[in-house]
This record gives sequence, structure tokens and C-alpha cells, in this order.
Amino acid sequence: MSITKKDIIHVADLARLGLNDEETIKYEKELNDVLNFMEKLNELNTDDVEPTSHVLDIHNVFRSDVVEDSLDVEDVLANAPDRDEDYFKVPSIL
Amino acid sequence: MNNKYEVVIGLEVHVELKTATKIFCGCKTTFGGDPNTHVCPICLGLPGVLPVVNEKVVEYGVRTGLAINAKVPNYSKFDRKNYYYPDLTKNFQTSQFDLPICENGYLDIEVDGVVKRIGITRAHMEEDAGKLVHSGKTISSSNSSNVDYNRVGVPLLEIVSEPDIRSSEEAKAYVEALKMILTYIDVSDCKMEEGSIRADANVSIRLIGAKEFGTRTETKNLNSLKALQKAIEYEVERQTEVIEDGGVIEQETRTWDDEQGITLSMRSKADAHDYRYFPEPDLPPIILTDEYIDNIRRLLPELPEARKKRLIEMDSLSVYDANLVIAEKFLADFYDEVRKSIDDPKLIVNYLMGDYYRELVAVGLDFSSSPVSTKDFSELLKLLQEKTISGKIAKEIIPLMVKDGKSPKVIVEEKGLVQISDTGAIEAIIAEVVAANPKAVDDYKNGKGNSIGFLVGQVMKASKGKANPGIVNELLKSVLDK
Amino acid sequence: MGKIKDIHNQLLNKEISAVELIKEYLANLKVSENKLGTYLAITEEKAIADALAIDKKISNGESIGLLAGIPMGIKDNISTKGIITTCGSKILENYKPVYNATVVNKLYHEGGIILGKCNMDEFAMGSSSENSAYKLVRNPWDIDRVPGGSSGGSAATVGAEEVVFSLGSDTGGSIRQPAGFCGVAGMKPTYGRVSRYGLIAYASSLDQIGPIAKNVEDCAIVHDIISGYDKMDSTSANMPSTKSLDNINRDIKGLRIGVPKEYFGGDEKVLKTLKKALAKFEEMGAIVEETSLPHTEYALPAYYIIASAEASSNLARFDGVRYGARDFDQNDVTDMMSVTRDKFFGKEVKKRIMIGTYALSAGYYDAYYLKALKVRTLLKRDFDEAFKKYDVLITPVAPTLPFKIGENIKDSITMYLGDICTVTINLVGIPGIAIPCGFADGLPVGMQILGKPFSEELLFNVAHRFEQNNDFHLRKPEVK
Ligand SMILES: [Zn+2]
Repeated sequence: MSITKKDIIHVADLARLGLNDEETIKYEKELNDVLNFMEKLNELNTDDVEPTSHVLDIHNVFRSDVVEDSLDVEDVLANAPDRDEDYFKVPSIL
Repeated sequence: MNNKYEVVIGLEVHVELKTATKIFCGCKTTFGGDPNTHVCPICLGLPGVLPVVNEKVVEYGVRTGLAINAKVPNYSKFDRKNYYYPDLTKNFQTSQFDLPICENGYLDIEVDGVVKRIGITRAHMEEDAGKLVHSGKTISSSNSSNVDYNRVGVPLLEIVSEPDIRSSEEAKAYVEALKMILTYIDVSDCKMEEGSIRADANVSIRLIGAKEFGTRTETKNLNSLKALQKAIEYEVERQTEVIEDGGVIEQETRTWDDEQGITLSMRSKADAHDYRYFPEPDLPPIILTDEYIDNIRRLLPELPEARKKRLIEMDSLSVYDANLVIAEKFLADFYDEVRKSIDDPKLIVNYLMGDYYRELVAVGLDFSSSPVSTKDFSELLKLLQEKTISGKIAKEIIPLMVKDGKSPKVIVEEKGLVQISDTGAIEAIIAEVVAANPKAVDDYKNGKGNSIGFLVGQVMKASKGKANPGIVNELLKSVLDK
Repeated sequence: MGKIKDIHNQLLNKEISAVELIKEYLANLKVSENKLGTYLAITEEKAIADALAIDKKISNGESIGLLAGIPMGIKDNISTKGIITTCGSKILENYKPVYNATVVNKLYHEGGIILGKCNMDEFAMGSSSENSAYKLVRNPWDIDRVPGGSSGGSAATVGAEEVVFSLGSDTGGSIRQPAGFCGVAGMKPTYGRVSRYGLIAYASSLDQIGPIAKNVEDCAIVHDIISGYDKMDSTSANMPSTKSLDNINRDIKGLRIGVPKEYFGGDEKVLKTLKKALAKFEEMGAIVEETSLPHTEYALPAYYIIASAEASSNLARFDGVRYGARDFDQNDVTDMMSVTRDKFFGKEVKKRIMIGTYALSAGYYDAYYLKALKVRTLLKRDFDEAFKKYDVLITPVAPTLPFKIGENIKDSITMYLGDICTVTINLVGIPGIAIPCGFADGLPVGMQILGKPFSEELLFNVAHRFEQNNDFHLRKPEVK
């Protein structure tokens, strides 16, 4: 598989990275290098192998439905780049 | 609608579960509250935080699965659904992808007396998003938006139907049936006005007899049954028009604009659909033993369908009456409680759905907000059965019961409304009435049997409605026939 | 440079006050830091206030924790309430957490005194600490060389004796490789052993926090304190804290050591040093045998797929909405997010986000992500087999000596290949400790000791015994 410029633009869009043209060209090359490197895995037949997403064999970790303190609203907004009263403020959605 | 086409509808219903806390943190789920006050590091998605699953959410998920006749698999897991939107705090939604908590269920609905089975593909647990408040008049005319994350992390169950629904009426009936079940099993308030149940409708049309489905659109944001029905009808009409004009339906997400009564395309920059699901690494899988599932099954309350059947078969209620009683779990429970002491199902239904319901409507209450207890309601019916009061008096008493929750016995005593069954007292009134109405008496004697009705009425009037009508009838007859 | 227990006793015996100690360390740190770039924030005021509180406790005769008054550095991807936590990234330039990581609470509870936040590769992505968005970290043994990464600041600050111990995080070698490069002891615990709550995630299924110290005993003390079940972390193992100190001196005679041949393909100088160390183990009565972990060569690509995929999702939250940097020139929220992320994320971070996004995207999931998860199963089986025969496995920490600054940074594949000895351990979730096992060209050579899941106590024991038979940990670099 090889990645085209179009793929790069699509992936950057999915990842919300506003790449400029120069970066797009650079990533096209670099990603192809890295993905070629990853092609190595295709040497292995893994048809009958189960995937491992969790290395630990644990399950059913639950908490009980008991209310705990929320943050003070000033702490919630302490790091907000922009706010409007007690709301986070963002540019509009066009 | 053009009857060349058949409508195919699948619904995704999002139900807010009525847990005390959010799905992955201890913040409360209470509706409302000042902006950003029900928020902690976890639901705010601060760097470094981790989720822990609320056990109640799993329990409610299983309970729902069993109630909608679904299979609850032993193994289930959470996945991340990745997309960017400012109402999310992590820019992914923790949801379930390929191994949801329930699969393959169904619900029976009834439209115009015809029962139909609607398949349910799956139900999965996920977290709700926050709320965007637009500062301008419309989304597009404002320069900025405000975000409140109080609803982020409120537990949701998304229930996905098969494309088995064929009309907006069926869609409505399906959501109503679902709502009824969810309130019966007490997992959700199902308050549409608070957004605790909302639907997305997948709608397509195809030529009658066609095997393939048409291209569907997904309409989001349907927050009332009316909106659901209207949006489906609008979509069907729009799609028919497009196809009739030789056009092609585009697979897209649309939104319902309630004010204009139309659906609008939602295509925007934020609409690249590739959610890149992968197993949530921060949450170990869920393994439910058969024992756990059976235990929840055992504790499941009687569901509406079973209840209806019981009322018809055991209490000999008509289908119509049974439907009225089970429509609301509160009412059905109320009925059952009253039924324990009143052995006359029809009498209970008549008063519940008659004078009592009318009074509630008149004062703007509903069954669950009324102050009348099952005990007082039973007492009222007992007074009627013992003929201590007449139906007329009951009519007078009910508003007073609803007004300040007083027991009917107390009201009867305070107002002196006890029915007169003392024959001596009634005979005295009859004597007066007979003396005052010689013409009616003559008519009766001349064979006009119905004039006795007039005389009974006069006796009742003279007794201010308190005389026992049965006794009045009997005594009057014996006096006249003498 | 004191050991934790010695300092503890000196404080209890009032030979020195915590304030004196902390002031001395701070004075030294500020000079040394200038040369090494080990810190992104120095918390002088808090450190002195905390030390005062310890002194008060001592003079009141109250009991104090084992870490009371002990100066420590915390990697900058671990959340510290009220102390700027940047992850070495411009996107979190002024981010001040409102909560503490569980490990930080545990260290504070024992009286540990934070001197600052350690520099690191941005979001822990890197093996040389050259990816910090703020400044380089230099190796205290040769300031023209890298200290390793991503916990380069945490390892170098301990190596240069600026603090007694530090916390690092390890996703693919980020504690062990810099510990090896800086000649100190660093433990990557079993996945689930130490709470991740408050560790700013790179790759959630691989990340672990661990201690770095000048000697194995101190490393074990800190591990005993930070390990244990945490209800805030669903992947935390339901087990008590380790009690490594109790068994740290146990004889290792008869210990079965496996030496996986696949790990011995690096620099001759590294291998020669390792072999000498293995001979030492034999001298000490251990049984050393060559073994094989046949799928080793597939670990790196599998690692980079899994880590990048998880990172692409974990780093999605940095969007300029709730915290961190924002580009204020955009009128649309989507543009704001895209420009913010492009502008404030560094090159390597963006690259891994791109790789991860691609690997998870429609049509490629099975070929990349799922495939990598399956290879992970095969790697796990390799280790399960090996641990049937051996108590521990020993390998180099890295195939090379610490390399020159700028040497590998331009070629990511070369940089990634340097992680060959460490990434598999994260994929299979087992513990691994790195300690110095000798020197070559005046630079430390790191040895990695690996064990079964939850065998940290044994690893500390083995490492400590080795250390007792050598003096590598006693050497001090002369920073120039
Ligand atoms: Zn919360």
C-alpha cells in the first residue's frame, strides 16, 4: 500500500491537522517510509490468532452509582482559552 | 403520498438512563443546573483522567435488553468513536461498537388494531455530549457559541431498530411502546421535553414490491413524537418528489427544523464520516454471567403486555379499558393497589378514567402528581359499594379529595353528605312530595309508569341528593301502589 | 548524594533540616539545570514551604513518611495540581492542572518534595528528548549526547544528582532507555501495577509510570510507595503495593537467567559490556542460558501502529476549546481546532497522529491495527514460553551507546530502531528494570532485566544483588 497526497489530506482532515502544502508533501514521504516499515507484519500469518487489546486479564471493573463532588465552576474554566460568563466560548460552527 | 412507493423506516432511539451519576464519573445527572457545575476532571476530559464504568448503567442496559426480548451476550466491551465536535470533551465518544450489551430483540406495536412486530438490532451503552448554546439568533448567524458540559457523560442507551417500520404512525407507536416499557422497568424517565428520550430516523422509500432498499437519509434531533411523525412525513414527501423528478436521494444526515417544519441537510466541514472505532483501552471488558443476567430477569417487573393480558383475562376488562389502565405504569400500579380491596374491576376503571381523571385534567394534574392515595380512592369506592354515598355525592367528593388530599370519609362527615337510608326519614319526604304533586300521582295511577321518575327526582331534590335512590324507588312504589 | 534511608535518618536525628537539605539541592539544581535542560518548571517556593512543614513535624515529634524531605522530580506528563504541566508541548504551554495524579498524591503523602517538572519529548514521543518543544535535555555523562527519551529529564536529573529520585513514564522504553543512557536505575512496572490516573496518556494500553533513582534500593522504595490498586484506574490490578525492600537482599544462587539472542544485535561495545555482566551473574551462582523470542523483529512495527493509533485518539482532546493553546484568528470552530493543532503540536507528534489516524481509518483497520494486535498476541506467547524456563530475561536496554545530539533526529526509522530492546516489553505488559552494567567510552551501558507479570520484587532483588557486586551506581558524572 502506498499513501497518496489525497490520503494525506483526508487523514489530516480526520485528525484536525490543518497542514500546509509543504507539510503535506513532507508527510506523504515520511508516512510512506513508516508504513513500508510496518509492512513487515504481513510476513506473518495471523489468521488464527486472537488480537490482544488488553494485556491484563481483568474484567468488570465498576463503580457504584454514588454522587461525588463536582468541580467548582471556576476550576472547570480555570484553563479555558476563552469564556463567556460560566460557559466555554468557541468560534461559531459554520 | 404517492402510493407507488413503500416507506422504510429504522429508528435509533437514545434513552437517558436515570442513574444518580454519570456513566464514567461521580457527577450527578440531574437535569438543569447552572452551566458547567455538574462537571469534574473526568467528564471534562482533562489530560490524564480515566473512566470507571457505573455499575447501574450495565444493570439498566441488561434490564432493558431483557424487557425488549433481546439477547444479552456474556461478553461485551466499550469502544471509542472518534470525531471532533466542541460538545465532546475528549473528541471521541465512549460507546460500544461490535459487542453491544444487547442484540436481537423486538417489540410488538399496534396500529389501527393490527399488531406488528418490530425487530430491534441492538442496544448499546454510551455517553451523552454537552450542549452548545448559540449566542446569535441562528447557528449560522452567530459569531460564537457557548458550551455547557453538564450533560457530558450522562449515560445513554441507544436502541437501534431494524428497518421494519413502514409509516410515521408505526414509528410513533414504536416509540410509545418503547417509552412505556422503559418507564415500566424504571430505567428512564423518558421525558421528551428534557431530551431524556430522542430519536434519529433513517428513512428511505422504494417502489412497492422492490427487493432492494432505497438510499436512506438520517434525520436527527427528533425530540417529540410530533416532530418524529412530521419529520418522517416530510422526508417521505421530499424523497418522493426528488425521485419523481428523476433525481437521486443522497445518503446524508439531515436535521429537523421544528419552526419551519422541514428537514435540512447537515452537510458541513465537521461531517467527515469515519469514526475510527477501536476498543477502549482504558476500560476492561464486561463479562456477564448467566447467573447475573437471570437475577435481573427475576427482578423484572410485570411488563405492559403481560399486564394487559392479565387485566383482560383475570379482571375481565375490555381491551379498551385495559389499554387505558396500562398506558402509564403509575396508573397501572394504582389500579392494582385499589384492586386489592375493591372486588369490582369495572367500577375501579369507571371512576379512575371517568370522574377522577376528568377532575385531574380540570385542575391540571396527572395521576402521578395527584394527592389522592390508593387508600382514599379505595375508600371512596367502598362508600359507593356500601351505598353510604351515591354516585352524585361521589362527584361532589372527588374534587375535594383532589384539592387537598382529604379522605372521602372525612369529607362526607364534614359536609354531612352521608346518604339517607333511614326509611322513616325518606317516607316523610315522600309524603310531602306526593302531597305536592297530585297530577303526577294521578298520571302514575292512570298507567303512565314513567311519571314515577319525576317523583323520584323530586324526592332526591328535596333530600338534597342524599336519599338513597334505591330505597326511594322502593318506598315510593309501595306508597303509590297502595 | 544521599540515599533515601540515610537522609531519612539524618532528618530524624536532626543532623540536617529539611529546609537546609532542599535549599542545598535547589541551589545545585539551578546551576546544573542550566547545562542539562532537565526541567520545564522549578517549584522552589512550594519546595521550601513543604520542607518547612516537614521540619515542623519533626520538631513537634510527629511521625514523618519515608520520603519526607526527599527532593524529587516529576515528569512533565504527570498531572500536578497548581503546577504547570506541559507534556513538553506548546499546546499545553500554560496549562495548570486542577487535580493531582494518584502517584503524586502518594508521594506527597509520604512527604516527598517536588523540585520541579522534568523535561521530556513532547507527549512522550521520542527516544532522545530532542522532541521537547522547549529545550533539549543533555546527557550528564557527555553534554553533546542525548540522555535518551522520552523521560530524558527524569533520568538526567537523577544521573546528575539534582534530585534523589524522579518519576518517569514508559510507553515503549521511555524510562528504561534514558535510565540506561544516564547510568541510573529505572523500573517500568507491570501494566496495571501503578495507577495511570493523572498520567497524560500517550498510548493507554502501553503507558506505565515508574521510578528512576541512583540506586536500586531507592528505586524499590519509591516503587513500593507508588504501586498498588487505584479505584480511579479501571486497568489497575487489584493487588496491594509491592514490598520489594523485604526481599531485596535475597540470594540469587540458582536463578535461571534467559538471554534472548534476538536482542544481541547491536553495538559491539554494548554487547561486550553486557556479556561481562552476564559472566558476573554466573559468578554469583545464577544459571545463564541463551534463549529465543522468535517474533522480536515484528515488535517495532506493531508497537508503532498500536501506540500511534491510541495516541491519535488520546491527543484528540487538545483542540483549543477547554484548556491549552488556541489560535484566535479563526472564525469557525473546525478551522480553529485544525489551525491550533497544526500550530502547537510538534512535528513528531503530528506524524504519529497521522500514522495512527490512518491505521484506524476505514479500510485500513484490519491491515494495520488489528494485525498489530494479533502480533501482540504472538509476542506475548513468546514470553509465556520463555518464562516457563527462566525466572528472568536479560538484554541490553538499547542497541547503542547514547548517541550524539542531532545524530538520529532526522531519520525516524533509525530513531525507532533504537527502541528495539524496549518496546516489546510494553506490548506484552511485563515489568522491566534498567540498571547500569558497565561503561564504554566513558558512557554508561544499560542492562534490562525482565520478569513475569507482577515480578517487580524479584527484579529489584536481582538488580540489587548485581549492584552490590559492582560500583557502577556509585560513579558520578562531571557535568561539563
Ligand atoms: Zn464528572
